Amino acid sequence: MRLELEGRARLLGDDVNTDYIISSSRKKETLDTGVLRAYLFESVNPAFAGSVRPGDVLVAGKNFGCGSAMEIAVTVLMAAGIRAVLARSFARTYYRNAINNGLIPIECDTSGIQEGTTLRLVLEDSRVRVIDEMPGREIAGVPLPSIMIEILSEGGLVPFFRKRRDFK
Amino acid sequence: MPGKTISEKILSRASGRDARAGDVVVCDVDCAMGTDGSVPMALDYFERMGGTHVFDPGRVVFVMDHYVPAPHSKTFDLQQRMRGFAARHAVALYDVGEGICHQLMVESGRTRPGLLLVGADSHSVTGGALNAFATGIGSSDLAATMICGRIWLKVPQTIKVTLTGNPACGVFPKDIALALTGLLGADGAAYQALEFDGPAAADLDLEDRLVLCNMSVEMGAKAGIFHCDRKTIAYLQNGGSKDPPSCLYRGDDRTTESFTPIEPDADAEYSRQITLDVSRLAPMIARPHEVDNVVDVTDAVDTPIHLVFIGTCTGGRVRDFHQASRILLAAGHLAPGVHLVITPASREIERALRLDGTLDRLAEMGATITPPGCGPCCGTAGPLPADGMNVISTANRNFKARMGNATASIYLASPAACAAAAVTGRITDPRDLAERVR
Repeated sequence: MRLELEGRARLLGDDVNTDYIISSSRKKETLDTGVLRAYLFESVNPAFAGSVRPGDVLVAGKNFGCGSAMEIAVTVLMAAGIRAVLARSFARTYYRNAINNGLIPIECDTSGIQEGTTLRLVLEDSRVRVIDEMPGREIAGVPLPSIMIEILSEGGLVPFFRKRRDFK
Repeated sequence: MPGKTISEKILSRASGRDARAGDVVVCDVDCAMGTDGSVPMALDYFERMGGTHVFDPGRVVFVMDHYVPAPHSKTFDLQQRMRGFAARHAVALYDVGEGICHQLMVESGRTRPGLLLVGADSHSVTGGALNAFATGIGSSDLAATMICGRIWLKVPQTIKVTLTGNPACGVFPKDIALALTGLLGADGAAYQALEFDGPAAADLDLEDRLVLCNMSVEMGAKAGIFHCDRKTIAYLQNGGSKDPPSCLYRGDDRTTESFTPIEPDADAEYSRQITLDVSRLAPMIARPHEVDNVVDVTDAVDTPIHLVFIGTCTGGRVRDFHQASRILLAAGHLAPGVHLVITPASREIERALRLDGTLDRLAEMGATITPPGCGPCCGTAGPLPADGMNVISTANRNFKARMGNATASIYLASPAACAAAAVTGRITDPRDLAERVR
């Protein structure tokens, strides 16, 4: 598998929980991610939803996606055109949900990345690299387990499962 | 080869392999659970995956607990879709008002030693109190499991948590859970399991163990697991022990299924071992807006409180309400301007509290009693705090906007500390009301 994409870095802090990505209380009226994307990060960064551009890459600190396991916190980001999240670490449920929907989670040292800089992400089998064009450096990501590469290379759990019907 | 942890043993049995920490294994799931917060999306994935039937309807459970009662016609629509699916596929459904999924998974006898349970809700880790490997998943994984009965899991490393000592008067299991969260941090157990051990862990009654396991996900844990002992077996086979009076007592067996307790090997490998002497703990408070922002209650006293919430899958059991009501009833009234919301975690708990008069007495004091469910904790139903309110709650999360208002501040504490705040109108050390605490 080889996946390559480029996007603008959008910086977030540590412990960004799924309720910050999209508030549970917003799910009462609709599960339409096209509607819910207007409320992305509303309680912590109300300007975010208006400024997000397709292709943006989220760059966070530790424990991204902690809290509720709600999967809509992944699909709302994708509805806003976000294809990848870089974080020093992820909550495990968010990591799984991301892979299952084809959102690329990259665990790496995000400490030196500047807001707005252009990032190039390269996944070659289990090898993960982030090229930060601003200082012109390369950051190694934590390799993905093979099952996750298989799911990601199929485009998520739905196409994976339509083809395989099982995990065996 | 070294011995195995409880997690390694359960995942070995479920995968039919010699599973060791770090391995990725495909496991047979003993029971998969989803809620009205996760099943509607799971049904979309199920259809898109080409699902036609559920692998074993007896091993799938749906619970309607997040929207009780449905706060919007669209939510009701989603619940209707869930009801329709459950009826067509003969999946067990607990409808609105029957309780919070994690409590029902325990009360119904579905949670037993040695089982692998997955739930599309992060607090599914609660089931580890009964020596099961119980973990949270998302809607897409639930859909895949509903179709094939399996899930892939990375076998976690385990942190052994040894609890020693006797908690002081005014210190409760919630305080132990908060202290541990403060100690480990919100990601201190990320990708790992917690195994609870030691004399103070054995001393905890089953409903107290549920509190610690429930909160283990707030440290990032994949599972939080207790040993199986006579208390576990008594709960499953006799509906709970009567002495000391168990709040879970129902009078008959929770399950007639056989089960095999899982013990770790003496030479099991742990990624870390920590010991917590609970006799040294004070009542604890998690301050806004992080669960690991934990301090002794003495560092937060006198913070004004406007709304007190006692309920949830962490602190909504009979024992919790009894701890709170001792303080509330001794005072006889709420502090002026304080609102008290009471939400039993299940209908069984609600019934017990009604029978012993607790609910009536609290209602007469001015408490709002809501039907069993998750609503107020995650802002999905029930009372939402007004702008700028300070809330103290027995829940597990205090994230900004968690209860549906980003300008509210949420403090997490034991039922006793919540009750103490309800009668004084400010955060209060429950030990100052010592004669009422126990």
